[in-house]
Amino acid sequence: MEALLNILNELHPEVDFETATGLIDNKVLDSFDIVTIVAEVDAEYDVQIPAVELTPENFNSAKALYALIEKLLDE
Amino acid sequence: MQTNILEYLEKTVLVKPDKVAFANENMGLTFQEVYMQARAIGSKLHAEGYYGKPIVVFMRKHPTTLAAFFGAIYAGCYYVPLDDEMPRHRIELIFQTLGEGALICDESTESIAKELNYQGKIYRYDDLAAGEIDENALAAIRDKQLDIDPIYIVFTSGSTGIPKGVVACHRSVIDYVEHLCDVLKFDENSVFGNQTPLYFDAYLKEVIPTLKYGATTILIPKQLFMFPIKLVEFLNEHKINTLCWVVSALTMISSFRTFETVKPLYLRTIAFASEVFPIKQFKLWRAALPQARFINLYGPTETTGICCYYEVDREFSEDETLPVGRPFQNTQILLLDENNKIPPVGQQGEICVRGTRLTLGYYCNPEKTSEAFVQNPLNSLYPELIYRTGDLGRWNERGELEFAGRKDYQIKHMGHRIELGEIEVIVNMHPQVRSACCIFDNEKKKIVLFYTGDIAVADLTSYIKGKLPRYMVPNVTKQLPELPYTPNGKIDRNGLKNLYAGK
Repeated sequence: MEALLNILNELHPEVDFETATGLIDNKVLDSFDIVTIVAEVDAEYDVQIPAVELTPENFNSAKALYALIEKLLDE
Repeated sequence: MQTNILEYLEKTVLVKPDKVAFANENMGLTFQEVYMQARAIGSKLHAEGYYGKPIVVFMRKHPTTLAAFFGAIYAGCYYVPLDDEMPRHRIELIFQTLGEGALICDESTESIAKELNYQGKIYRYDDLAAGEIDENALAAIRDKQLDIDPIYIVFTSGSTGIPKGVVACHRSVIDYVEHLCDVLKFDENSVFGNQTPLYFDAYLKEVIPTLKYGATTILIPKQLFMFPIKLVEFLNEHKINTLCWVVSALTMISSFRTFETVKPLYLRTIAFASEVFPIKQFKLWRAALPQARFINLYGPTETTGICCYYEVDREFSEDETLPVGRPFQNTQILLLDENNKIPPVGQQGEICVRGTRLTLGYYCNPEKTSEAFVQNPLNSLYPELIYRTGDLGRWNERGELEFAGRKDYQIKHMGHRIELGEIEVIVNMHPQVRSACCIFDNEKKKIVLFYTGDIAVADLTSYIKGKLPRYMVPNVTKQLPELPYTPNGKIDRNGLKNLYAGK
């Protein structure tokens, strides 16, 4: 989780990703962020997030995103 | 001869009044509705005394926004599209440049508009569009309009910290649209899927041909550009067959291997601009759509959007780049070296543009205008302007123009043109910042800011977000004890690049 928070914090240092929700709904993240996050999650966790998992629900909070990474790691 | 872009609308409304011209996911405006609403807006602006004035269009992205643009032109004015998410600081800088005029808002932007420090009068779109049409007044306005009169001002990043307003006229837009349509082979069956924002000029590629042919433009919700499968499903649902997108929007789809799940079913023409298309991603698109035409477009806002094209006609390997190609008819590209001479074929020069598609220059900025719009140095016989793009290019053996970088610190990021100097000016304005420098990580496409001072990274980022549009906010911000300097006292950008690469 910490590595994921680092990725997110580098993009938006002023956001508290441990508690923030609605990252998509409130326009905290944009399309550039999504592309960057997916690339850096791949580099950090060796997890390739497939297009079908790119949904607002999976990116609305760091917690949801981390749950997705764990799910993909288990597969 | 056509001298006004509204003639496109006026011809089409006679033959296809009930066809949808502009739509989003919820609603659409027919040509008749666009025609009636734009003329009502024009009549009201005229009655309120506006002629030859900037009309700020401060509305969310919506089909009615486009009708507001044409309404301003009907009044003999020119529209200034503003982003409803633009920070207040930047909007007020633009207002200072514009001076007197009027502003059109909608119900979603009205309260923000009223808080802004705007000197002119503020109107609601719905109030203007519901008014009476004054045929005599509109005819009188048309009678005195020339094709060299301005249509719009779009503001682009300025290295001094103040955005520059590029002014385009009927003549340049008509020249642009006619030749673009010839090359891209648009027709009445074109269904455009618009991706680009309405506060730059890129949307002209879809919107004006829609008027010309009686085609249809669908404004795609911005949020879909984060979710590629939903985006492709949207293209299919609306039977979109033509795209004119920035490269990063296309690669967002291909890089997530979206085509393994869903493919665009109707696309036949894919034009792209603003950035270099990585060949690996391009091949994914071509493999998914082997029958489609792919056209690389190149050109700055100062030449009414686009001045060169290359239709992909051969295979490229991953270490090659797509050429910029050749100029449109009635446009010439001159490469000039440091001595204003034409370099030998294959050697680099600055890309300079000659032709009717040159815009009129920068609004209220004779100094910047005269730096970029200059007398053709190869012609000492009579006045003739060329536009110096600041881009470097060379001709390859096939006679195609290739892009070879920039002369200065302008970059392209997510399709947006950004002066790194503008970001630095804003950062340096903060009292707790001592010095600042931006570099661009070209590989990962990140804007990287280095600074020295007593402010924390998070606080500085919050400050920047309040001053600059989202796409100009640095993606990485690093605080340093000191910035590196070159022996002659300038900030050492290469040193910073090395520092960043080795971090």
